[in-house]
Amino acid sequence: MIWLNQILQGTLLGGYYALIACGLSFMYSVMRIINLAHGSLAVAAAYALFVLSDTYELNPFVALVIVLPVMALVGVALQRLVLERAKRGGTLVPVLATFGLAIVLDNALFQLFGADTRSLAPYIDELSYASWQIGDGLFVGELAVMTFATAVVMLGGLQLILSRTQVGRAIRATSEDPDTVGLIGIDGRRINAIAAAIAMVTVGIAGFFLALRATFDPYAGAPQLIFAFEAAVIGGAGSLWGTLVGGIVLGVAQSIGAQISSQGFLIGGHAVFLAVLLVRLSGPLGTLTAIRLVFRRSRK
Amino acid sequence: MTPTGASPIAVSALDARSITRWTLASRIAVAVALPLVVAIAFGPAYLSANVIDKLTTLFIYILLAVTWNALAGYGGLISIGQQGFFGLGAYATVRLADAGLTPYPALFVGAGLIALFAYLISFPMLRLRNGELGIGLWVLAELMHLIVNLDSLVQGETGTSLIALNAFSIEARRAYTYWAALGAVAGLIILLFILLRGPVGTAIQAIRDNEEAAASVGVRVKSTRRLIFVVASLGAALAGALWLASATTFQPKAYFGVQWTAYMIFMVLVGGLGTFEGAIVGAVIFFLIEAWFGAFGVWYLIGLGTTALVFALFVPKGLWGLISSKFDLQLLPLGYRVALPSLGRSNR
Repeated sequence: MIWLNQILQGTLLGGYYALIACGLSFMYSVMRIINLAHGSLAVAAAYALFVLSDTYELNPFVALVIVLPVMALVGVALQRLVLERAKRGGTLVPVLATFGLAIVLDNALFQLFGADTRSLAPYIDELSYASWQIGDGLFVGELAVMTFATAVVMLGGLQLILSRTQVGRAIRATSEDPDTVGLIGIDGRRINAIAAAIAMVTVGIAGFFLALRATFDPYAGAPQLIFAFEAAVIGGAGSLWGTLVGGIVLGVAQSIGAQISSQGFLIGGHAVFLAVLLVRLSGPLGTLTAIRLVFRRSRK
Repeated sequence: MTPTGASPIAVSALDARSITRWTLASRIAVAVALPLVVAIAFGPAYLSANVIDKLTTLFIYILLAVTWNALAGYGGLISIGQQGFFGLGAYATVRLADAGLTPYPALFVGAGLIALFAYLISFPMLRLRNGELGIGLWVLAELMHLIVNLDSLVQGETGTSLIALNAFSIEARRAYTYWAALGAVAGLIILLFILLRGPVGTAIQAIRDNEEAAASVGVRVKSTRRLIFVVASLGAALAGALWLASATTFQPKAYFGVQWTAYMIFMVLVGGLGTFEGAIVGAVIFFLIEAWFGAFGVWYLIGLGTTALVFALFVPKGLWGLISSKFDLQLLPLGYRVALPSLGRSNR
């Protein structure tokens, strides 16, 4: 029963990892950039939400409505000021530039807010601890279920945008060939700015749930980036629904690791990530790729 | 920087047999560097304790900068996980000293063992590319940190210290650590100089610029990459072991922190990514900035991050890149120079 509970809680935790990973995965699949400031930007959004809730006494959900458009603008600024120029410098420069940006953000947050850990949990009343009983001794937190549901809705929404809308088609075309799309009347720069804005909105939502479900501090960005990256890679970088699978695998591995040893939470996650990497890379047709191919064939 | 450039100018110059590697500046630089190293080696005889400690720190920074530059600047392999090898180098020294090995040989044996570990993990890890490789190695470093924390000798984040160093007097310890650092940095620089100047250097830069094209002309992509990765990890492990020798305490958090890689990136970006001299210049600049502004704490770190960001975006060749292209200066003869008799100027 303990193990069943750990798997259940791990699965729900995976919803949060899918949330934080989806922006990273989206940006990678569209722009071929791994944004190392990803986690720090989520933490910055969490601080913005905290200030609105704490100082201006807004309901966190109202605060989110204010923060998300701001995050979209942050995305446009990030694309125009940093990523666009970095991309022109080759494959190394985006990694180095976004890493520099992450250091600036983390330390600026420390300068502004100090070392204290914060949380939005005190501002959402009983939602932070309320739970439903779903079986004998099995409880699921309402917030955890809400996080998971948000992840599913957000991934589905992104999928719909990419496959059904004009903007989504333009984004996919631009990611295929950013130079040629100009010939068919698509402004690649504008499309990339929109994609970055979408990615940052998902980062804002991830920052919201980070702040609701736990505490955060100015240097929480690096672990968030690592979790996001692990979920994205386990699920297959660039695949949106894979991200959800990756998040769940990571969450379950951490929960089971935590059950085995007090240090096991992080070790379990990292170990599964490296194991997946080893298996995936162990041949031209790694196990997971093979499973996915079989799955794809059976759907046709 | 290839020996036989594709342009007609280079080919005609080749016919005139006017490709050189040494210039007047590089002859003078090397002629000055050798006696300088000898003079530095006798440092403990005439320098104050404070200067010796400072120089030891500088040597460690140069070691980090030069090896990270070889990895990223020459090899095109970005690692955000070199702190893992840094921490493991220190940990291996603690373990070997605990097993009874004299501390100073333990530094080098420990770093050697970590280089062996780097060789083994390079097989899966080096299949990753760019940002994926960077964060993949970061995750590996985090995992190593957590596993080292489990060791009862280390006692989690409480840490331990290199007690065996108490066998030496403070003066002897200072001088030995200084010589060990100088020996390590000089040895690594010479090793990298020989490697990067020779066929490996040409091969690794060809791989960095175009992997498929390099493979198509017979460059052994995987083994060349692996060699550079192992040498760079050896450098990081040596740096960690030396840092332990000068600090004596081993607290895992201080060694496995990602700030070490941030420092390496800063040094190499500001000095000049992909130039041998640039990495050394960057290490000296970082050393001075830390001495002057380190007391500013968080603002200092914000400044470092901003500078790295600005250099990455606007001055990708770093300060040395600016200087060497403006004055056509190269102090270490790593590349090839094509002299054009009609123009009198040379072209790197």
